[in-house]
Amino acid sequence: MAAPMNSVGKTSADRLQANCTSFQKKTRSKLISIPGTRPSVQNGQLLVSTGVTSLDYLLGGGLAVGTVLLIEEDRFDSYSRMILKYFLAEGVVCQHELFVATAQDNPDEILQELPAPILDDVAVPKPVEQPRPTGEPQDSLDAMTIAWRYQNLPKVQSALASSSRFGHYYDVSKTMEAEIRQAAKCHRFYLPDHITPSSAAHSARVESYSALLKSLQEVIHREGFDLATPMSKSRNILRVGLHSLGSALWGDDLCCHDKPRHSHALTTFLYGLRALLRSSLSVAVVTLPSHLIQDRALMGNITRLCDNAIALESFKGSERETNPLYKDYHGLLFVRQVPHLNCLARQLPDHKDLAFKLKRKQFTIERLHLPPDLSDTASRVSRGEPVGVASACGSGASGTKNLDF
Amino acid sequence: MFTELNSILNTSPDSFTQGEFILVSDRQSDASFLIHHFLSFYLRARCKVCFLGLAQSFCHYGAVSQRLGVSLTQAKEKGQLVFFEGLKECLSVLLPKENNAESGAMNFLRDPPVGLRSLYEFVRSSVIGSGSMEEGAEQWGPNVLLVDDLSVLLSLGVDVGAVLDFSHYCRALVCSQIQGNMVMLVRCNEEEDDDDGDEGSEVLLKGLIHQCNLNLHVQGLPTGYCKDIHGQMEVCWKRRQGDAPHMQKNLFQYKVHDKGASFFARGTSSAVL
Repeated sequence: MAAPMNSVGKTSADRLQANCTSFQKKTRSKLISIPGTRPSVQNGQLLVSTGVTSLDYLLGGGLAVGTVLLIEEDRFDSYSRMILKYFLAEGVVCQHELFVATAQDNPDEILQELPAPILDDVAVPKPVEQPRPTGEPQDSLDAMTIAWRYQNLPKVQSALASSSRFGHYYDVSKTMEAEIRQAAKCHRFYLPDHITPSSAAHSARVESYSALLKSLQEVIHREGFDLATPMSKSRNILRVGLHSLGSALWGDDLCCHDKPRHSHALTTFLYGLRALLRSSLSVAVVTLPSHLIQDRALMGNITRLCDNAIALESFKGSERETNPLYKDYHGLLFVRQVPHLNCLARQLPDHKDLAFKLKRKQFTIERLHLPPDLSDTASRVSRGEPVGVASACGSGASGTKNLDF
Repeated sequence: MFTELNSILNTSPDSFTQGEFILVSDRQSDASFLIHHFLSFYLRARCKVCFLGLAQSFCHYGAVSQRLGVSLTQAKEKGQLVFFEGLKECLSVLLPKENNAESGAMNFLRDPPVGLRSLYEFVRSSVIGSGSMEEGAEQWGPNVLLVDDLSVLLSLGVDVGAVLDFSHYCRALVCSQIQGNMVMLVRCNEEEDDDDGDEGSEVLLKGLIHQCNLNLHVQGLPTGYCKDIHGQMEVCWKRRQGDAPHMQKNLFQYKVHDKGASFFARGTSSAVL
């Protein structure tokens, strides 16, 4: 049930300064509005948009400030990188500050690939297909005569969207113009600049994670995202994007061995990241090549230390790419974890079978809905390949039209 | 606190058995709502509570407890609650600064083989050291130790043996020595037979089940995901009456909503009937 923000006005206003986390519900008098954020209707959390409106809907309206979204990468890191770019592009458009950390490509390369925002469409919401309410009388043409028990069920609403718009749309075929991009303040962490390879190889611990944590804390303190600093000046949100954490380029052997030597380095880092985020106005998106990690228990530990977790599985390169059943989609999306923040209940998704599709102007996440196969040839074989023979007894006819008995 | 759970466990804030070790465990699910229940239950019962909140921030626990009718800040000010915020303490160890005073309870982050000795010393000082406080302070009931959760310690690199030692020491101190109660949460992954990667949490779970008096085991539904029924909870008592200890098991399904959780017998959910 909805907890409106002003009903929690009992909390005193000065709790905002002292050692509190970003989850503090802001009272009416101290309501600060940070551009690009909005309070959640469910529990009053401050939310930011991830840049993908369907993903915002899945996460319960948006990504809560102070939390981590873990994206388990698809095999070629194409769509997870795309979501990371959407997230950073949304930060540029909302005038948030960015912090990008990579070990593989230079952060500037990711920043140059950000999709261009479609700024004309911001005011116009896309019409959302509503399910037909059950009490409405149906047209006589639509009245079902055989399956009449299903008459009153709502139509399948595949697209995930909510009625109120939050976030922007982006055109993937163009990159963001340099003026827009340079207007946003961006902090970069490129691992080879911070760690020399020789020192990392002999250390007992994974130094890259502690260097990253230290750099992030410095940025938070210096730029004033810490919640402990006084509320006099205007506040902003820091968007943290961490690319391919846990891969071998970070100096971690999680993805290389069955029994890694530093199996707790990444989980300790995620714990420290959670501590930093809870005490500041920041939000993080972490991508992780989970398909390289063999230990499922370790993946479970990592997922539990992040708040939201989704996994992407793209069809590229697999046999599903040519399967006509999946021709509308580019891959599957799994929701691994949904958090409960400041309340007992969590916003569970309605369906767990979701698929995504990257169109030019939108990244849509839909419920995987396989319609019944109504073609003539689909008798028993449901794989979608053309049915060769409805075999008559004796004759090996290749066509189905002429069946001789 | 959840009234239905109180009737299931036959307890109330006015009368509950002392000297009990309650283990809350889950598999592929999240049983932290039970920790919130026990926190508000023991605060209402006017017990002195020591809470090791390792998984979430203080504000999170405070906001949830507010909905359950208990104020954590007030309890902290009155001295009824000693709260250890793991997230805040860990930063002073992971990112050390010269003039930063740390309590030292999270020393194991710097050097995992050290073990949880300093954390135990913290528990000991908060549970026993309070006895000789100022005379004007209110008298609280029996001491209670709540830990949320032990699996975070495993993720941070602590050895399973060290965690079992820690729970044993705490149990000897809290349950036997001062006749208080102890509630701990441990989380596991899916059971796999030929898996030797998750030996840690399985060994920990089995060791703790052996030590506990009451086990609340939370799992997902065996038939799959359902939005209206969030999972099933198995209640397992180990009563030592007479010579032979006997075990009693009950299975319930539950649904967590905003102000609590409702428990019902299998198949009697309001979504189904």
